[in-house]
Amino acid sequence: MSVGVAGMGRAKADGPLKIAVPRGALLEETLDVLDAAGIDTAAVRGGSRSLIFEGDDLTLVTMRPSDVPTYVEAGAADVGITGKDVLLEQSDRVAYELLDLGYGRCRMVLAGRKGDERPGEAERRLGMMRIATKYPRVAQRHFERTGRQVEVIEVKGSVELAPLIGLADGIVDLVATGRTLEENDLEVREEIVVCTARLVANRVAHKLRSSEVDALTAKLREASAR
Amino acid sequence: MIHPIPPGTRDILPDEMRELRRLRAAMIEVFEHHGYGEVRTPAIEYDEVLGRGDGRAVDGAYRFFDEHGDLLALRSDMTIPIARLVATRYAGAELPLRLCYVADAYRAVRPQRGQMREFAQAGVELVGASAPQGTADVVAVLDAALDAAGLARAVIGLGDADLYRQLLVELGVEGEAHDVVLGRLAAHDLVGLEAELTAIEGIGEEQCRTCVALSQLRGGREVLEEARKIGGPAVERSTARIQETFEALEARGVADRVQIDLGLLRDLGYYSGAILEVYDPALGHVLGGGGRYDGLLKRFGVDLPAAGFALYLERVHVAQMEEESRRGDRR
Repeated sequence: MSVGVAGMGRAKADGPLKIAVPRGALLEETLDVLDAAGIDTAAVRGGSRSLIFEGDDLTLVTMRPSDVPTYVEAGAADVGITGKDVLLEQSDRVAYELLDLGYGRCRMVLAGRKGDERPGEAERRLGMMRIATKYPRVAQRHFERTGRQVEVIEVKGSVELAPLIGLADGIVDLVATGRTLEENDLEVREEIVVCTARLVANRVAHKLRSSEVDALTAKLREASAR
Repeated sequence: MIHPIPPGTRDILPDEMRELRRLRAAMIEVFEHHGYGEVRTPAIEYDEVLGRGDGRAVDGAYRFFDEHGDLLALRSDMTIPIARLVATRYAGAELPLRLCYVADAYRAVRPQRGQMREFAQAGVELVGASAPQGTADVVAVLDAALDAAGLARAVIGLGDADLYRQLLVELGVEGEAHDVVLGRLAAHDLVGLEAELTAIEGIGEEQCRTCVALSQLRGGREVLEEARKIGGPAVERSTARIQETFEALEARGVADRVQIDLGLLRDLGYYSGAILEVYDPALGHVLGGGGRYDGLLKRFGVDLPAAGFALYLERVHVAQMEEESRRGDRR
């Protein structure tokens, strides 16, 4: 691993604006909103395995939602779309949050097994709960804010598994329909925050390509309000 | 054998060193040409003295005890050490004072981010010259330094540090809410800004829109007009100050690369009046910044207006390389 100069990220300001588009659960609605804003997304929808789709005024770059803040902060993408959950977890990344796009609505919740007294008991007798999550910083902050101590266990895959086989007393995770919780006999104990898709911009692109960024923001604002 | 060095520090080998040395020399030459004399101050200072300049500026600085049990700190920028130096060594000197430096400063890093604990800054401090002429003097040096570095496309953002502090007071936003709103503005979190403002009692939809819209105004002179249309007395005062500065820059012929930016907010607490930020299209990060800090010297016992800027030397070097290869591509 090489350690670069502070802010080694290099933007290429020439050519069309680059927008980071999240693959996965947010992709479909993101493309719908881009379409509604008059941006051609047919190439992305075509099921191609390419990651970069060049248009006349906008280059679409597809990536994991959690990579969007990384690319945008470095200026490799000028703007990007990702979930608020990702932005909260990576709140130390510098990316201007310009717009709440409204779709991709999910709740970040603390959940436990149905009727299970263990989280309360763990807190009373052991002084803290063990919480499994893919969002360690969001979880840590939630417990700090509510004046409780917590042992956060970061997992990468199906978080629901953790309380079922005794890795943790509860989980902090993103819930859309609640079906996954239901199927695993889990229930919501506390709601932490509601998350939707957001438009973010690189700090320098926001300053130096202001008219393009503002125009795109206005178009997306209108398209997402429909 | 591989022997590690701490993350955020690095060795510089001859090829890079040669280029950095040339860049450093070019910066100093520009500064000297504008009448700024180079100074050097110690990398370590008494923590209490640095903290006098700005409690927040020494946040994350490295502190340690010396053999006498005194608490020392590594400087996190050069502005505060120079304020200390001016108050101590130049009491009663003829004004204005023009000082410059190329020096290493130290800040804490967030892990895994390629940030540097130790980094070089090149900058100037002008003490005893007030706005707008003093500000214009500093911007003229910055403009020439960017030219000397070969960054023809670089842009200087010009804003006003007091705008939102005063606007929020005018809107009756005080105490904790004031700080929270300023935090959202500094992070440019417009969604959060709107949510925070809406939650404050007495803030209507229109005032909320004003705040959000103001922070998005950036461009040429015309943004001052746009700002006046939506703002009250605080906006009036800030835009008047910015206009005055901008006109002083025009008179000196250094306004071409200046972008007026009402969304600008520097995170160091000592700024007042004009604030500056430097960008180059080849780099996704800010190249440097500065502005006025008319209240800082007073904290060291001499009440003098001051202004300055600092460029991150390594970032300028990266931008320089990118711009060179871009020009090469074109050829």
